[in-house]
Amino acid sequence: MAEDTAHFAGEGGGQASGHVSPAVAYEAAKLGIWTFLATEVLLFGGLFTAYIVFRLKFPEMFHKDFVHLNRLLGAANTVVLIASSLTVALAIASIRKGKQQLLKLFLSLTILLAGVFLVIKYFEWTEKFAHGLFPGTDIFFSLYFMMTGLHGLHVLGGMLVLGGMLVLAGRGKFSESYHTPVEISGLYWHFVDLVWIYLFPMLYLIG
Amino acid sequence: MEKGRGAGYGVYVAIFAALLVLTGATVAVSYVDLGLWNVAVALLIASVKASLVALFFMHLKHEGGLVWTFALVPVLFLVLIIAGTLSDTLFR
Repeated sequence: MAEDTAHFAGEGGGQASGHVSPAVAYEAAKLGIWTFLATEVLLFGGLFTAYIVFRLKFPEMFHKDFVHLNRLLGAANTVVLIASSLTVALAIASIRKGKQQLLKLFLSLTILLAGVFLVIKYFEWTEKFAHGLFPGTDIFFSLYFMMTGLHGLHVLGGMLVLGGMLVLAGRGKFSESYHTPVEISGLYWHFVDLVWIYLFPMLYLIG
Repeated sequence: MEKGRGAGYGVYVAIFAALLVLTGATVAVSYVDLGLWNVAVALLIASVKASLVALFFMHLKHEGGLVWTFALVPVLFLVLIIAGTLSDTLFR
C-alpha cells in the first residue's frame, strides 16, 4: 500500500516500510489497469463486432437510421470528452509537480465535464424516445442505445472514481512522490474517451 | 526513470488542440458524399485521434515494451475476433 515516504521514481526503493519497493508497486499498478483495459477493449469489442456484421448485412437500414442522430450534439459531446481528457492529463501533470490545489481544480473540472457529457446524452436519448425511436425499434437503434448506454455507464463509473480521487486529494493523500491512484484513474478515463472517439464517427457520421 | 514525469502542460494543450481540429475535420468531411471513402476517412481520423490520446495523454510514448505489449495484445485479439466472425457471417 501507499507509504507516505514512497519515491516511486526509484532511488534505492525498498527501504520504505512495505516489502515491495514503491517503484515496483507503481509498475505493477500500471500493468494492472492496462490488464483491466484489455478486458474493456474486448467488452466493447463484442459490440463493435456486432456493429460491423450488421452494418455489412443491412447497409440500407444504417443509412436510413443514422440521419436521425444529431451529429452536432455528438460533436459537442466529443469536444466535451476530449476537454475532460485534457483536464485529467493536466491533473496528473500537476500532482507530478506536487501541486495539490491544481490537482483538485483539474479533477473537479473533469468531473464537471463528465456531467455535461451525460446531460447532453440524456437530452439526445429523450429526444429519440419522443420520436418513437427505442432500443427495440431496429438493429441500428438497438446497437446505438446499447453502445452509448454501456459507454455512458463507464462515464458514470469514471465520475465516481474521479470523485473518490478528489476526496482523497482533499485529504492531502497525494504528493509529488505518491500519486499512483490518480495516474491509474486517469488511464481509465482516457480509455473512456478513446471508446467515444470511435463510437462518434461509427454512429453519427457514417451511414 | 524520470523521463515523461516532467511533461509540461503545453504538450497536453497542443494535443488537445490537435484533437479539436481533427474532430472538426471529421464532422466537415461527413457532410461531403465520398461514398465508401467516408467510412475510410472517418476511421482514419478516429485512429489518428486515438493514437494521440494513447501516446501522449496515456503516456505510452514514455512506456517500455511491457506496457506496450499489454496495450497492443487486446487490440490484436479484437482484430482476430472481428476477422473470425466476418469469415463466418460474410460467407454464409
